[in-house]
Amino acid sequence: MVKDGAALFKNHTANAQDFLLTIYQHFRLSYPKFYKMDNLSKLGWLTSEVLLSGKFEAGAYPPEKTGVILANTNSSLDDDIKYFESVKDIASPSLFVYTLPNIVIGEICIRNNFKGEYALFIQDEFDAGFMEQQVNYLMDNDILDACVCGWLDFLDQEYKAALFLVEKNKGDTSLLFSEGNMNGIFNSHGEK
Amino acid sequence: MSEPDVFVVADNIFSPLGKTTAENFTRLKQGLYAVKEHNDPDISTASFFASLFDKHEVFLERNTGNYTKFELLLIASITNAIEQSDIDPVDKKTVLIISSTKGNISLLETETYNAELKKKISLSHSANLISAHFGFVNRPVIISNACISGVLAIITGLRLLRSGQYENAVIAGADVISKFIFSGFQSFQALSQQICKPFDKWRDGLNLGEGAATVILSTDKKHKGNMTVKGGAVSNDANHISGPSRTGKELTYAINKSMDDSGVSAADIDFISAHGTATIFNDEMEANAITMAGLQNVPVNSLKGYYGHTLGAAGLVESVISIQSLKQGLVFPTAGFQELDKNMNISVCASVLPIKAKNFIKTASGFGGCNAAIVVGE
Repeated sequence: MVKDGAALFKNHTANAQDFLLTIYQHFRLSYPKFYKMDNLSKLGWLTSEVLLSGKFEAGAYPPEKTGVILANTNSSLDDDIKYFESVKDIASPSLFVYTLPNIVIGEICIRNNFKGEYALFIQDEFDAGFMEQQVNYLMDNDILDACVCGWLDFLDQEYKAALFLVEKNKGDTSLLFSEGNMNGIFNSHGEK
Repeated sequence: MSEPDVFVVADNIFSPLGKTTAENFTRLKQGLYAVKEHNDPDISTASFFASLFDKHEVFLERNTGNYTKFELLLIASITNAIEQSDIDPVDKKTVLIISSTKGNISLLETETYNAELKKKISLSHSANLISAHFGFVNRPVIISNACISGVLAIITGLRLLRSGQYENAVIAGADVISKFIFSGFQSFQALSQQICKPFDKWRDGLNLGEGAATVILSTDKKHKGNMTVKGGAVSNDANHISGPSRTGKELTYAINKSMDDSGVSAADIDFISAHGTATIFNDEMEANAITMAGLQNVPVNSLKGYYGHTLGAAGLVESVISIQSLKQGLVFPTAGFQELDKNMNISVCASVLPIKAKNFIKTASGFGGCNAAIVVGE
């Protein structure tokens, strides 16, 4: 796990599920709902926690002007398969609720009280240009003041999360929000 | 530079009620419902109420592309909408937007999970096939955002056109009902055992429905005089992943923002096409939101009793019918509705309403705490 270019945590031996749990433990996070989440939501929630910690002041912007725009390729298939396995016995409502790829956005919004715009796009691969266009529309038209955006995908043992915090107010370590900068960060870490 | 107007150029509904917008509108005028009782052991061991295509329905005369039912629905709907317009898919100024909640998920029920199925099941695979079928040159935009997908797809198209990225957007949504989706809603105890009753005091859940719908939008000024999508907005409850907001405040916010974005006020809204799923919590939340937005005296309908909840197509199906309602001066009653829940203070449309209308609001809400609203008008 890398934040602002600095490696924060490594674990090359764990399987995907254990890796998520070790991150949760490493950062001493405490959020009982975490254990109920599917893998995609765990991945997104953990990444957003690390992204926002120490960076983002809760209440700095009105809730209605904070949002989340994400993309992935495998939708919620990781949980879809688990849910459909349950159907053979007794269909599980707690697995069914995660059979939508936008639920992870709901989880991030609940945690941070983000109440503004949100969207989940499905793409073959991360399309930074499209993301830049979408988020810039929301920022330039004064619809959002801050937005968490990026890529979030989890299926079987393959996963990747790359989230970006975009704000109106410039911070010390801020980079220009651009397709090039997002691609640079996205492509320099993890598998494609 | 001021933003260009976004015109509605053509549309289609492809549902068990009819294969064109005109057919669907006529059937609704005749008081026909697509929701009826079905016995289909592939979906459920007990009989159930839903809006489904006939099992032997032929969606495309020659299915040379070996498309799935989901893909065929989209192809049929898009074909009909494009035929009514002069939009050229090959034009680089045209973008395809696809909306669906579960796409090809039914393949999980009949095929073995392997790398090939993983690909076939993905929405991008379907979108790429459909895009190639018509010859679209731009990468398709795919939205999968629970039950607001269709409305969000229109909002996304509106914004892509306003920002000048494209000149035309072909926006299509579809979902197919199978055991996967049915069993899930059943596990939530969200399904009604009869035709659903939106906003009624005795409402007891929703009906599922399948279908597709398409809306084609354009900023080309030659379409001046057509209806326009005036604005839209999205909000999140930040409350619960599978239950709506306790207050409805966040949907109110989306409604108000969509009116601001459109440059209209509550007084300019002539009717509301609500989400109205007929679940206890959704309808109450929505009624609260409509009242808080100052729209409690504006006629509201839900079309879920006719079509069921068509998931990723719902926002498009209901917008297309509402656009016809504007054109023909006729708002449909809420099928299944008889007596207003006493906790609600809204004006549910209970019989055919002749109306001289200029603008309507279409709302949607869904799992993940999402809400969306658009304003369409003259």
